[in-house]
Amino acid sequence: MTEQNNGKPVLLTMKGLRIEGRSDETWSEIVHGIDLTLHKGEVLGLIGESGAGKSTVGLAAMGFTRDGCRISGGEIVFDGIDLMKASEATKRDLRGKRIAYVAQSAAASFNPAHKLMDQYCEAPVQHGVMGRNEAESDAVDLYRRMQLPEPDVIGFRYPHQVSGGQLQRAMTAMAMACRPDLIIFDEPTTALDVTTQIEVLAAIRNIVEQFDTAAIYITHDLAVVAQMADRIKVLLKGDEVEEADTRSMLSAPKEDYTKSLWAVRSHARAEQPPVAADKTPVVSVKNITAGYGAVDVLMNVNFDIHERRTVAVVGESGSGKSTTARVITGLLPPRQGEILFDGKVLPPDYRRRTRDQLRQAQMIYQMADTALNPKLRIRELIGRPAQMYLGLQGKALTDRIRNLLDLIELEPDDYIDRLPAELSGGQKQRIGIARALAAEPKFIICDEVTSALDQLVAEGILKLLDKLQTEFDLAYMFITHDLATVKAIADEVVVMKEGRVVEQGPKSEMFQPPHDPYTELLLSSVPEMDPDWLTDLLRERESG
Amino acid sequence: MGFLTGLFWFVVVIAGCMAAGWLFRTIAIAVTPKGVKKELRTAPLTASFGMLMIIIYIFVAIFAPLIAPFPERMVVGPEYMPWDQVHLLGTDNLGRDMLSRLIFGARNTVGIAFATTALAFLIGSILGLLAATVGGWLDQVLSRAVDVLMAIPALIFSLLLLTIFGTSVITLILVIAVIDSTRVFRLARSVALNIVVMDYIEAAKLRGEGLWRLITREILPNAMAPLVAEFGLRFCFVFLAISALSFLGLGLQPPMADWGSMVKENATLIAFGDITPLLPAVAIALLTVSVNFVVDWQLHRASGLKE
Repeated sequence: MTEQNNGKPVLLTMKGLRIEGRSDETWSEIVHGIDLTLHKGEVLGLIGESGAGKSTVGLAAMGFTRDGCRISGGEIVFDGIDLMKASEATKRDLRGKRIAYVAQSAAASFNPAHKLMDQYCEAPVQHGVMGRNEAESDAVDLYRRMQLPEPDVIGFRYPHQVSGGQLQRAMTAMAMACRPDLIIFDEPTTALDVTTQIEVLAAIRNIVEQFDTAAIYITHDLAVVAQMADRIKVLLKGDEVEEADTRSMLSAPKEDYTKSLWAVRSHARAEQPPVAADKTPVVSVKNITAGYGAVDVLMNVNFDIHERRTVAVVGESGSGKSTTARVITGLLPPRQGEILFDGKVLPPDYRRRTRDQLRQAQMIYQMADTALNPKLRIRELIGRPAQMYLGLQGKALTDRIRNLLDLIELEPDDYIDRLPAELSGGQKQRIGIARALAAEPKFIICDEVTSALDQLVAEGILKLLDKLQTEFDLAYMFITHDLATVKAIADEVVVMKEGRVVEQGPKSEMFQPPHDPYTELLLSSVPEMDPDWLTDLLRERESG
Repeated sequence: MGFLTGLFWFVVVIAGCMAAGWLFRTIAIAVTPKGVKKELRTAPLTASFGMLMIIIYIFVAIFAPLIAPFPERMVVGPEYMPWDQVHLLGTDNLGRDMLSRLIFGARNTVGIAFATTALAFLIGSILGLLAATVGGWLDQVLSRAVDVLMAIPALIFSLLLLTIFGTSVITLILVIAVIDSTRVFRLARSVALNIVVMDYIEAAKLRGEGLWRLITREILPNAMAPLVAEFGLRFCFVFLAISALSFLGLGLQPPMADWGSMVKENATLIAFGDITPLLPAVAIALLTVSVNFVVDWQLHRASGLKE
């Protein structure tokens, strides 16, 4: 282990930590002996795919396990207190006071029935650190340091009255309330847009430095951890892969697995020749204005999608990306404008479209979990469109299903009779792709298809989509908020903000200046692997 | 001393029931196919005992004419005979064999309750799923109609309807089924409302699936678990409702054997310290408890509750 403690005392040690999880009435080990040392004021980044045991290890630092888990071996010592042997009362006294936890979804972790201030004051008052009045003035101070707007009054709002990024900062302030020695951040920015993420990252880093708090920062985003952590530990399936200080880890990873994580963002689609000017686009969005109720969510949106081309629609949440998809599929008939398919106008409501029109445009969803009926087997899930649109029956249908499974690189014999619950996240997404392909469409809408997946898995999905596009001459509309994905897959980019198209054009132009100011903000907000990136960016924005 | 003896027998009976449940589960696991086997292993002893009792009731109901020593309606001796070798549970107020009537009662009461519950579920779940899927004015019309029906207390309402339409077995089934289907409607609708917002329903709609297929293949399989659990509970309520109506004289009509009316007809014996009239009530209670044991187990599994 690297000893870079700058003479600071050790705060937390874990030795040979083993944790077991329960499934189907039996216990199986999910964390296989992790060693971890954290010094006072140090930030340790824990990274790995989902299922690597990051959160489990993070929670174990508080001597806590989720329901259905138990610590089966090893030791956890926090500042001289053995958490394995400590009584519940001792641990309860530590939690919130000396060790705090910031969860991934602040929106789900705040109690919606109480004001922010009341929730803030609960811990310090309960632990007897300070009185109610003192806690309130302290909260305002911390809100100010977290750069929350109107720090004097924001505490008197309810959680639903502030934005997601603000809520995440309010939660970090809350974790700071008792000035803990250790804070565990569990993917605090994963649910946020890139532009909001920057603010939260800057605020977290700032406050951790100010109070010299030690932190365990859990994330699957390497670029983020590069900004935040002094040291990085890579986990894989409950085992440690390697650990080093941030700079040497980034510049010279030792293990193959770490290298593969680093290389993930390398996939890039080959430059396509420009489309002939007289060619009819597959899908043409013409002057669309649409909305829910009296509110217009989309205003005068125009763009074309050509055969064998991918148009990436980029923007923050609420920018109207998904609404555009709903208009194209006919789920939301527009107030004005029309959708052309192969030069012909499509009926605005999907119920009025012919079966063939429905077949031509397919959709792949963000959450494969909710997009596949959990009670149907793969055979029916991907066989149904083929049966319905192409009239395949019996052997021909089975052959088609097997062929589709081959296309998405899943072994037909093994998978054809499985239920969605028996698949991993990436495999489910592949089934979603196969279902879209089964209809033999010309156009597929991909709605954030990789944002719920780990980077390695997402990479596989992007490559697959790319391969299928060339094979079947597909046109893609790719909705995403992740600019790395755009770089990997797009031919053309449409940037949306508040229901309007801010900028559109070929990818090569999009990533070159000059930009629309919003595109500029979006591009500059994507974290880079350089550990100095955030510092430099903040300095630049300050001076600019 | 009496208390201790009572306690002793109570413990013996409970232990006996659990042993029976354990034995049943062991045998069932040994003889059933693989898929069922795995589920049975998760069954607690209470649920195993419940399943055993339900199977016994079904067996008795089906083979009633073969098991019963005397016919259902034949007068075989003087009224209110005590328990003896020939008439194991004595005779009733008209001199009919009590045990035989108890056995035939299983067939009538359980059979009718089952038919009624099935009908209530057919009506209630189809309309409920339809209301949730189609939405709009259809949902409004159906839901408000159900609200109106539910505003009237069920027992009073069924008494009223039975007085109007007469008390044949068919009307009894129809009236209770319609009244109970309102409760099923509410459950089916609320379960389906959570399902119709899922992406896979949107995908199916965009695929151009018809309403019937949408309901039967996409929604119903996902709504099955709560509906099955509710079926068990509903069955008990219907069962009790029929017995209550029979006790009040508006359910199954004499001379048909029915547990509810059997309690009423022989109620005078209770004054003499004879427990015979309570036996039909025990039969009702045992089946109700058994069904609930099984339903609890299924609910626990479906909801994924741990510990």
